[in-house]
Amino acid sequence: MNSIVLAILIVSAIGVIAGIGLSLASVALEVPVDEKQVAVRELLPGANCGGCGYSGCDAYAEAVAKGEAEPGLCAPGGAETAEKISALMGVSGGAFVPHAAYVRCFGGCAHTKKVFSYRGTETCAGVNTLFSGDNSCNYGCLGRGDCAAVCPTGAISVNSNGVAEVDDILCTGCGKCVKICPKGIIDLRPLNRPEHLEVTCSNKDKGPLAKKACSVACIGCGLCVKACEFDAVHVTDHLAAIDPGKCTRCGKCAEKCPEKCILVFDH
Amino acid sequence: MDIGKILTILLAGITTDNMVLSKFMGICPFLGVSKKINTALSMSVAVIFVMLMATAATYPIYSGLLEPNGLGYLQTVVFILIIAALVQLVEIVLKRFIPPLYSALGIYLPLITTNCAVLGITLLNFTDARITNYGEALFNALGSGLGFLIAMVLFAGVRGRLEESSIPESLQGLPITLISAAIVSLSFLGFAGIV
Repeated sequence: MNSIVLAILIVSAIGVIAGIGLSLASVALEVPVDEKQVAVRELLPGANCGGCGYSGCDAYAEAVAKGEAEPGLCAPGGAETAEKISALMGVSGGAFVPHAAYVRCFGGCAHTKKVFSYRGTETCAGVNTLFSGDNSCNYGCLGRGDCAAVCPTGAISVNSNGVAEVDDILCTGCGKCVKICPKGIIDLRPLNRPEHLEVTCSNKDKGPLAKKACSVACIGCGLCVKACEFDAVHVTDHLAAIDPGKCTRCGKCAEKCPEKCILVFDH
Repeated sequence: MDIGKILTILLAGITTDNMVLSKFMGICPFLGVSKKINTALSMSVAVIFVMLMATAATYPIYSGLLEPNGLGYLQTVVFILIIAALVQLVEIVLKRFIPPLYSALGIYLPLITTNCAVLGITLLNFTDARITNYGEALFNALGSGLGFLIAMVLFAGVRGRLEESSIPESLQGLPITLISAAIVSLSFLGFAGIV
């Protein structure tokens, strides 16, 4: 009986001492945390995607609380979070424009050829180390899905044509795929436009070479430049690009394009 | 304490009695935090640190409080209590006085609270015939911690190689990790009998 009492006493004594010690320590050694930082952190979605450019939601909250970062950088949180944080911080935060990733290539298996048979790690980074990939087009999507693997929301998938495709609805615009793509053909584009045209090609080769590489490549012929009445289309490095500021979405460039590589997007 | 005995204890902790690869303790961080060498290193350093602190705190309590009162059977319960409180305290102290170390080890410290390698080393200090006094127990903790570090870093290297190789679909992920853990563990059998 005695030993049981003793056992209970000793264990409870250790527990009580540890408990009191810890609570004293937590009071005595408390590190003051900025209240704003806690409040900002609570408003953030906590996805820790790093799309804001900080190492995680905590780091971003700290930067916002110190006034070092804009309130509108959180892509998953979107406009709602940006507004709430701006209200909390009492600043007119930069208006949040939702972005979604977009793959500047749609020339897949049906349009390009495989120039060698690759047997190795099934990643874009892997195949890209050998002769810039096994695709006849040295600029296009390699279709191994590095972007799909890194996407935190599952918005990117490699379609049946072997080209990565983004689901605008699922995409939060965190930009992880933009960083991982070895070809650098994924961009973030603003989603606030009702409908827009994109030159969906990244090939900078001269016309004949580009045409040989892919049947839907931009050959830099310049017909779109002539067709545009608003000076919105320009060809640099044998690749056309549309200036979204000037484009009126008339669609004439897309009609004239002999390769049909100007696509119309609406969402 | 003679230096030969200390070396024996350290070497045993690293090789023949390796926490992870011979005693199968601390498998959770071994599999979970070994994807990158950097995180594996930070985790192991935190483990060494906590092992030393835990041994330093539990050894006197066992030999001074529990054993004289015939309460040796309470050691597991009491040690868990002490280690948990200790890790919390260390976390608070680090956060206050050494913020860089806190941000480096911070996320691993709560994980270590319930790490069986830490509890294991404090318990094994009393069953291991080589350990006879306080100093030797501390060296045993240091050796085991170093063994943990070596196992983690070796395995992180192996996993780095795995990332780059093409693995059959059915073995991808955890299965191949377990298989390679077994092979690394087998390699440590080669040390058997040297200490």
